[in-house]
Amino acid sequence: MALIFKDETFRDDFTYKNSPATIRRFPFPFIEDQYRYSVNIEPHTPGPKGSVYEFTFDIDEHYVSEMRDRAMVLQEDPGRCQALPHMMTAQWDMLELVMVSLARDYPDLFTLHRDGAHWHWINKPLNIDQKFTFGEVNSLPYEPMEYVGRQIQGDFSLQDQRDGQLWMDAGIITSQADWSLDFDVGMNFFEWHAPVPLAHEAGVFERALKFLLNMQIGQPVRRLNWTMTINPRLDTSPENYPKWGKDRTTVTPENVGEKVHLRVELQGLFRLPRSNAILFSIRGYLMSLEQIVTVPKWGRRLPRVLKSLPPELIEYKGLARYRQTAIDWLEKYDDGAPTSPGGGPD
Amino acid sequence: MSGFPLRRVRVAEVEQVAARIKRFRFVDIDNAPLSQFSGGSHISVVMHSGDRLMRNPYSLMGSPTDTSSYQISVLHCGADSRGGSKFMHENVAVGSELEISQPLNLFPPVRLAKKHVLVAGGIGITPFMSMMNELDALRSDFELHYGVRSLEDGAYCKYLQSRYGSRVNVYRQDQGQMIPLDAILGEQRLGTHMYVCGPKPMIDWALQTAELQGWPQENLHSEQFSAPPPGKPFVVKLAKSGREIAVKGHQSILEALEEHGVDASFLCRGGACGQCETGVIACDGYIDHNDHFLSEAERVGGKKIMICMSRIQTGSITLDL
Repeated sequence: MALIFKDETFRDDFTYKNSPATIRRFPFPFIEDQYRYSVNIEPHTPGPKGSVYEFTFDIDEHYVSEMRDRAMVLQEDPGRCQALPHMMTAQWDMLELVMVSLARDYPDLFTLHRDGAHWHWINKPLNIDQKFTFGEVNSLPYEPMEYVGRQIQGDFSLQDQRDGQLWMDAGIITSQADWSLDFDVGMNFFEWHAPVPLAHEAGVFERALKFLLNMQIGQPVRRLNWTMTINPRLDTSPENYPKWGKDRTTVTPENVGEKVHLRVELQGLFRLPRSNAILFSIRGYLMSLEQIVTVPKWGRRLPRVLKSLPPELIEYKGLARYRQTAIDWLEKYDDGAPTSPGGGPD
Repeated sequence: MSGFPLRRVRVAEVEQVAARIKRFRFVDIDNAPLSQFSGGSHISVVMHSGDRLMRNPYSLMGSPTDTSSYQISVLHCGADSRGGSKFMHENVAVGSELEISQPLNLFPPVRLAKKHVLVAGGIGITPFMSMMNELDALRSDFELHYGVRSLEDGAYCKYLQSRYGSRVNVYRQDQGQMIPLDAILGEQRLGTHMYVCGPKPMIDWALQTAELQGWPQENLHSEQFSAPPPGKPFVVKLAKSGREIAVKGHQSILEALEEHGVDASFLCRGGACGQCETGVIACDGYIDHNDHFLSEAERVGGKKIMICMSRIQTGSITLDL
């Protein structure tokens, strides 16, 4: 199916919406009616055709508009893209992985010609035609991570590996769920995860770190994470909290279905070959409650899951002000029927 | 998630590079490009010798950006060999086909270092071959101190000196030359990292020398691929399946499990990466911890064992498998 890119906004008038086909492929993260914390890491192998897991990086109908929103964020705040000097090899690794993957998986949209270090990249949806020399920063208009990061949906961070730790030493983060690259850059795995409740005590991060330190080239993994966002706003950063924090107080029983969005992150982890760094991709998907309930299984399950959340998590994800309003609205769509296992629609 | 995906390669070249050292060059069986890798990486080579299955780690020595072939060097360990190096030297020739793992790096240069001091003994030169290639390309400051028994025994001395010039210092034991490590380490600027690879006594000596000079632990790095030391046979009991597996004298626990079709997690098989860490439920003998992963406290605790390297002296051990 050829993609038709939508012209829409993620700020001000918020015209973002999913088409019916995009609703069906939404990575609904709840595999059962009860909320249960799990690391849920699985190999990032190609998934079913048409699913968000089909390719290494997922491009969908929101691509062009998301890239426009990213450019606006970077224009207003260049600090959303930072790389410490020792991460240049990792930046080129990331550029290669992204370009090679996109050109392979979406040949109608992207083309890459390589002749030794002489590369020619064509991005049709964004009207980009760039010849450059791989490894030579001056041959691109931006540093490699920013160059390619402005052309792929999702946020990205690059982790250096040293001293038995991972260090977030680079990233391009413009559509984040309330965390700051500017604050986290240079931190290690335990430091940037410090605010997460419950998981530290359960030893989750120690196990996860050990797993990640031994990640192998060509064996990427993925997991889903989720939160909720008021309005389809990509940039819910701490830097812009004054712009979006107050949105939480605007939810009413009348507008909850339209305003409250489930925000799902398809997170990927890749060992990069030259730098031995780890690339972390955070590909976000937004869907309003009224679009979620168009899938009956999700309409039944979501209120059940929201009711079962532990208090620490409600606080951490910032749901406290509107969770009950959301449950009350969603329960109209829960007829009490049993739901099938797994997250996908029936 | 045990083990790793393997790639079939063909031996394209074998060269005797020193008295007991051969260099092997591998190409993909279909001539497909291999992965690039980072300096200090190694691969595991799978060897079927008779009814024995061995997977030995060898450092990659070529250019990390060369995707056409991989190169390793293998020292013939003679009577000490468990069979891996003997197999490579005697049974592998141009045209032989082997299986290898993807590159894994447990010995990477620290990119934040102001300078890198590399200390190699004998075959311990191999991880530094790719590391120097990378550091040179990054224009990082480094120097190599390489101890050999004699020029006949030491591999790549001439090559390294012609390529890296005065950054390479070779010390010949047959002429009574020793690496003057105390002096070398004493004059390094802050932010220098030291890397050592060679026989265990040399690694211990280098680390100790640096520690006595007050070098911080984070700036000291070592790698040693030692085969699992042999010992007496013993029995491993598996708590979950209730099975009992006999571990022969020359086998590691991991190898014995694999021989009996038990799926256990592993990666480096040299006691360094931590992947094969296994819970100990009961043990009526003394555990020989031969790994480099567990902390002193964990060893004393006796609740964990790295099954790729460690064994027990007598009695039996019950594992959480």
